[in-house]
Formats: sequence, structure tokens, C-alpha cells
Amino acid sequence: MYGGGYIHDSEGKKAPEQLQEDPALLAAFQARIDRGEKIEPRDWMPQAYRKQLIRMIEQHAHSEIIGALPEGTWITRAPGFRRKLALMAKVQDEVGHAQLLYSAAETLGKSREDMINDLLNGKSKYSNVFNYPAKTWADIAVIGFLIDAAAIVNQVANSKGSYGPYCRALERICYEESFHLKQGHSIFVYLATGTAVQRSMVQDALNRWWKPIMHFFGPSDVMSQHTEQLMRWKVKMASNDDMRQQFLNMYVPKIWEVGLTLPDTALSKDPETGKWNFGDPDWDEFYEVIKGNGPCNSERIAVRKASEQNGRWVRAALHKADERYTIPLA
Amino acid sequence: MKIQSLDPRVNRLALDAESPYENNVLQQEDHFQTYQVFHQKKRGDKHICVGIVHAPSDEMALVFAKEQFARRGETVNLWVVNTRHVLAMDYDDTDIFSTTTEKIYRDPAGYKVNDKIDAYKKSQIDV
Repeated sequence: MYGGGYIHDSEGKKAPEQLQEDPALLAAFQARIDRGEKIEPRDWMPQAYRKQLIRMIEQHAHSEIIGALPEGTWITRAPGFRRKLALMAKVQDEVGHAQLLYSAAETLGKSREDMINDLLNGKSKYSNVFNYPAKTWADIAVIGFLIDAAAIVNQVANSKGSYGPYCRALERICYEESFHLKQGHSIFVYLATGTAVQRSMVQDALNRWWKPIMHFFGPSDVMSQHTEQLMRWKVKMASNDDMRQQFLNMYVPKIWEVGLTLPDTALSKDPETGKWNFGDPDWDEFYEVIKGNGPCNSERIAVRKASEQNGRWVRAALHKADERYTIPLA
Repeated sequence: MKIQSLDPRVNRLALDAESPYENNVLQQEDHFQTYQVFHQKKRGDKHICVGIVHAPSDEMALVFAKEQFARRGETVNLWVVNTRHVLAMDYDDTDIFSTTTEKIYRDPAGYKVNDKIDAYKKSQIDV
């Protein structure tokens, strides 16, 4: 799961700092990317490229870790042994994805400890959807089906980006995500074609999750110089709106085909342009949740802090003082 | 917008979600080492480098490699190698791999004798 299209970028709002880069190196770098070459950890790269990738991969990694929390709470309550096994496997995959992504980010020079510290002290963000609660079993259907689907749209795009270690991590992640999506869809269809109570449960979950799902890819991109640069460098592979359109096009029909509805009455596909129209998904709420005022922001971080603290003695016991960290080759 | 938590971890552990971030900063000395992981799918296949794990010791690296890279599909064996034991060339030095001279003499396609054989056979018939 879970790399949202939206990369929280507090510095992007300030005037971009123009670092003096050697124009010859910059041109050669751009030429490599234009030829479709991948950039590897020890290659020369512009500072702005490195910074944006660290921010992006790190936020993706945090989203995997935090994303496992709302689903993890449902393992003990999953209906039946098969569903329990599948959900455990999915949560384990998500944590595994975080490990792969932290490794990819580490190759750019930020240590894993710094990344985890920045998650815990709030400096580094994660996907906003995980600041909402998973109230019923149907929420697990909606998360596994639709949020994983949205993440796949974003991750497939990013896996064609320019940074080698990130692309390789994403290829593996996308492969595992397809199982997550299938199991989410299976729960979703079972509930939607089940008893009246099951149907109303999944309808209620859809109604609650639709707004965060529309927020998932972020607001329309401001086509700044900064964004255009990131697209030329193949760091950002598609605009937020394009990814949202692709998601709506693929998945709204799959919701409607089982007779469920979406709470946005304006949602419809324009037969002329093939584009989806939708109502305002309340971007004020989106920004409010990013600021930390969502329903679950503080408890997500509290759980993460507790696991860090509870696991500390294990780390200390295993730690070998004479062994030195080496930046991975990825 | 805050709600009563639904997370059993929060409720049972009575976590204080509002507690400030303190005494919880990971130190650099907590930093584990990195290991490159090599995966073998079937006996007789090559081990293929599949990624990295972050582990405090060689033995734990193998345990984590199993968790990370052998969760599904077939695996018969894994290797882990501490990243610091990998001696790598620099991508900036790729010019050392370029050769100026023709190396057709290293290639099976560089040895074509059928013309000669045919010519020889023909000359024998003519005689």
C-alpha cells in the first residue's frame, strides 16, 4: 500500500532555494534521465533531486508502517480463520514494504534512525487516510480494496521513475499489493452480496471513507517551476488529477456493479471527455488533518512511540557496539 | 475532531496519546548494519541479489532475510553478505570496461571456415 500521490512539502511553499549546481553536470544528468537510464546511489545527482526523493520515499515508508495500524487492530476480530490469515499476511507485507522503502531512502544518505525520529516528532508526514478510524470489518474491505487500489495507481506510476533503488522496491511492492487488492475486493464483494446488514455495513464504510479516498492523491497540482522540474527528473510521474481520474475510471464501476452507492451526488463520467466530475471533497478538512487535527493522528503516533519504546531493550540487547553501519548498495 | 480510540493497543496499554516526544530519540549507535540478500529459488539455480535487510548481527540478518524475501513463492536457500564486505566499482569508472580494439577473436562467430572447406572440397572434385 500506501504511497499517496500527495507529498507533504512544507518547503515547497517557500521560494525554492536555488542551489548552485554545475550546469554541465545538470545537463548530463538530465540527458541520462531522458535516455531512460536509472540513477544509482553513488551517481552524481542535484541536491534538489536528492532532497525530494528522500522526502517522498520516507513518507511512503512511514505510510506503510502507520497504515498497518488501523488494519492490525482488526486481526483479532477478523471473521474466520482464512480472513485472519490473509489480514495477518497483508499487515506483514506492509511492514515489509516499509523496510524496503527505508532501505531505498537510506541509499540517499538519511539514516533510518533519523527517519523514524522525524516520524515520531511530527516533522515527517505519512498518508493522510490513516488518520481515520477503521470502525467495522467493512472498513477493512474498503481499505484493502480501494485504498490499496489507489496506492497501486500511484506506485505503478512511480515504479517507472528515475531512481533505481526506489523503482526496484516498488516493483516488488506492486507485486504484493495485487494480493492485497484481491483480498480487499473479496471481502468487499462478500459483504455487498451478503445479508441486508452486511450490505448496509459496507455502504456505511464507503460513505465514511469516500472523502479520505478522494483526498488520497492530493489537491490539484500547482504547476509550479518546482513541479515541472520534478516531472522532468522523473521524480513525479503523473499529476495528482491524472492519477485520481485513472483511479475513478477503474474502480467506481466496480463499486456500482454490486449496487452500492457513493456519497458524492456530483460524481459522474462525462461521456464526451471521458473525465470524471466530482463534488468538492472538502480540502479544508484535508489540510486540517495534515496539521495533526484528524480523528486519529495522535493515537497513531502514540502507538508507534510505544512500540519503539517497548522494543528498545531488544535492540539494545542485539546491538554490537563494534559493528559499524554501512550505507546499503540497494 | 478527536475520537475515543478503537485501537485495542491504545485502550489496553492506556497509552497517553498526548505525551510529548521525549526520551524516545533513537541514537545513531542504535543503527544496525545492512546486509545484501541473495535468494535461490531452486537447488542448482544461481543465488540472485534481491535486496537489503537492516540487522544487528549476521544470524539476525538471515532471520530477517527469510521474513522479507521468502514470504511467498519458492525458496530453497538464502545468503546474506554484510554490505561492507562488498567491494564495488564506481559507476563513474565505466570507461574501464570500454575497449578500443576489435574483440571478434573472442567470439565463436569470429571463426568461419566453411568457405574454405567448400572451396577445398570443390578443388578435390575438379582434380
